[in-house]
Amino acid sequence: MEFCRKETQKDVRTHYCPGCGHGIAHRLVAEVLEELDVRGKTIGTAPVGCAVLLYNYFNCDIIECAHGRSPAVATAIKRIQPDKVVFTYQGDGDLAAIGMGETIHAANRGEDITVIFINNAIYGMTGGQMAPTTLLGQSSTTSEAGRGNNQEGPPIKVCELLSNLDGVTYLERVAVSTARDTIKAKKAIKRAFLNQIEGRGFSLVEVLSMCPTDWKLTPVQGLDFVNTEMKTVFPLGIFKEKDGR
Amino acid sequence: MSEAAIQAGCRFFAGYPITPQNEVPEYMSRRMPEVGGVFVQAESELAAISMIFGASATGTRCMTSSSSPGISLKQEGISYIAAGELPCVIANMQRGGPGLGNIRASQADYYQAVKGGGHGDYRLIVLAPATLPELYKLTQNAFDYADYYRIPVMILGDGILAQMAEPVELTPYKPILKIPKKDYILDGCQGREPRVIKTLMLNPTDALVTHNINMQKKHEKITADLQLVENYMTEDAEVVIAAYGMTARVAKGAIQIARDKGLKVGLIRPITVWPFPDKAMMEVAKTVRKFLVVEMSNGQFIDDVKLAIQCSKPVEFQGIGGGWYPSVEGILEKIEEIYK
Ligand SMILES: Cc1ncc(C[n+]2csc(CCOP(=O)(O)OP(=O)(O)O)c2C)c(N)n1
Ligand code: SF4
Repeated sequence: MEFCRKETQKDVRTHYCPGCGHGIAHRLVAEVLEELDVRGKTIGTAPVGCAVLLYNYFNCDIIECAHGRSPAVATAIKRIQPDKVVFTYQGDGDLAAIGMGETIHAANRGEDITVIFINNAIYGMTGGQMAPTTLLGQSSTTSEAGRGNNQEGPPIKVCELLSNLDGVTYLERVAVSTARDTIKAKKAIKRAFLNQIEGRGFSLVEVLSMCPTDWKLTPVQGLDFVNTEMKTVFPLGIFKEKDGR
Repeated sequence: MSEAAIQAGCRFFAGYPITPQNEVPEYMSRRMPEVGGVFVQAESELAAISMIFGASATGTRCMTSSSSPGISLKQEGISYIAAGELPCVIANMQRGGPGLGNIRASQADYYQAVKGGGHGDYRLIVLAPATLPELYKLTQNAFDYADYYRIPVMILGDGILAQMAEPVELTPYKPILKIPKKDYILDGCQGREPRVIKTLMLNPTDALVTHNINMQKKHEKITADLQLVENYMTEDAEVVIAAYGMTARVAKGAIQIARDKGLKVGLIRPITVWPFPDKAMMEVAKTVRKFLVVEMSNGQFIDDVKLAIQCSKPVEFQGIGGGWYPSVEGILEKIEEIYK
């Protein structure tokens, strides 16, 4: 996929597979940063996962964090520089498995950061192992017979889980699998950044995203998987909205 | 230690409670807001050290402290901070191990502190104070070393040092090194090119090799610049005790009594345990008959002593793991036993 030339995005080819959702999500974040005119005061975190190289695509300050630790790193950066815009960009393994502790506590402290959570129901970078958000019955390289047959537990619904925390300001689940969803996703991302700019506290946007490669599907089938399977388990919508902390 | 850090300009502290060092985060939680700094009680040591990674990336002087089990968890972040060549100060007030161990004083994390601890080829500058005034001074200096060399600095203490009381003059901080301008910090790319702090190095294929070579050069420079040591009555000594931190302090008591009894005993006390004061050790090895290593572990520090003197003299050992601490009488007995 090729990016349009935008100030916040670099004019390079990405390393993402055809039909991957990361490129779309990057584009939406970059457009929002540009529309809000905050590129020059933004610090992003790169996760461990397929998006680890996101500094190759974003034209702003980036720190690459240990697997799952982005919310803790972002906490420090934002507390020290409250006038800056700090976001994390994390996959489901990063955010909801190894980094669940960091996620919950940053959320509960009401850290004034924006979290972009890419839920593709699989470990992309390591080659398709089961993720905390893998669907029941979904096959992966570590749950070939389908999740649920070996006491893996059901998928974790991050927005629902975090919505119980009083410290959280804004939670919305969106998708990038149809044009309409993508427009809505951008609105949610913009809202999440605006919350931060206006000092309203912790915002997280969960993006249902495609990983056709590790789902062993074609790009088009990948879109269908999100629209039919994932949206049923992970309903789209706003799970929390408060005026402030 | 906490006040020394504040005086040295530390403005970010993150920690997680663990005995015997709870006084540090407690003090920092009160003091940081007074000086316009940030204190965060983290949800774990993993998070605390990651916060330090973030804080350091902003160019802010920052610190975390813990004790042995907590330091094990911090190893992940320490490796990333070292790889990112970011400065910070980490205190380890060691307790008995392995496992949950106990909360008595210990020196059993020596290997972990001086040989790397986390994954990959990296080093920390490791400072081992023996008294509270020295802890105060070294804590201030630690921030300078960290910034100057862009390396994490560990203060390796123990449970006694962390909880004892001793008069300390709270002298104002005086920089001991000229700190280069921090041209790596992340504060938004307004008016400059975007900056990246990263530790993944895939391209070009030798990037990580080059990075490692550069880090090794830095380690070599530190080894040449910074070998701090105290020699105590070593000039005419026939037996020299090698010990660091609190153990060295007890050893001094034993040496005084031994001297009164006419035994020529001295002490060599590394103040930096990395870099290890090889040169000073070798110097002493030229004139001494025997070394006696005393440490609060089953024998870790002793390896570095033997390496430093290239096994040129016999090295006796007195130590035990599990939160044991040496007594003056015990050390004296050992001196008399080996002095012959
Ligand atoms: C401490 C640690 N454990 C494991 C890994 C290996 N690892 C790299 S990426 C990854 C999974 C990433 O999956 P996800 O967060 O879902 O992101 P995606 O690649 O799907 O975008 C894992 C386990 C690592 N780098 N560090
Ligand atoms: S493996 Fe999946 S998440 Fe990773 S780039 Fe390919 S499609 Fe995207």
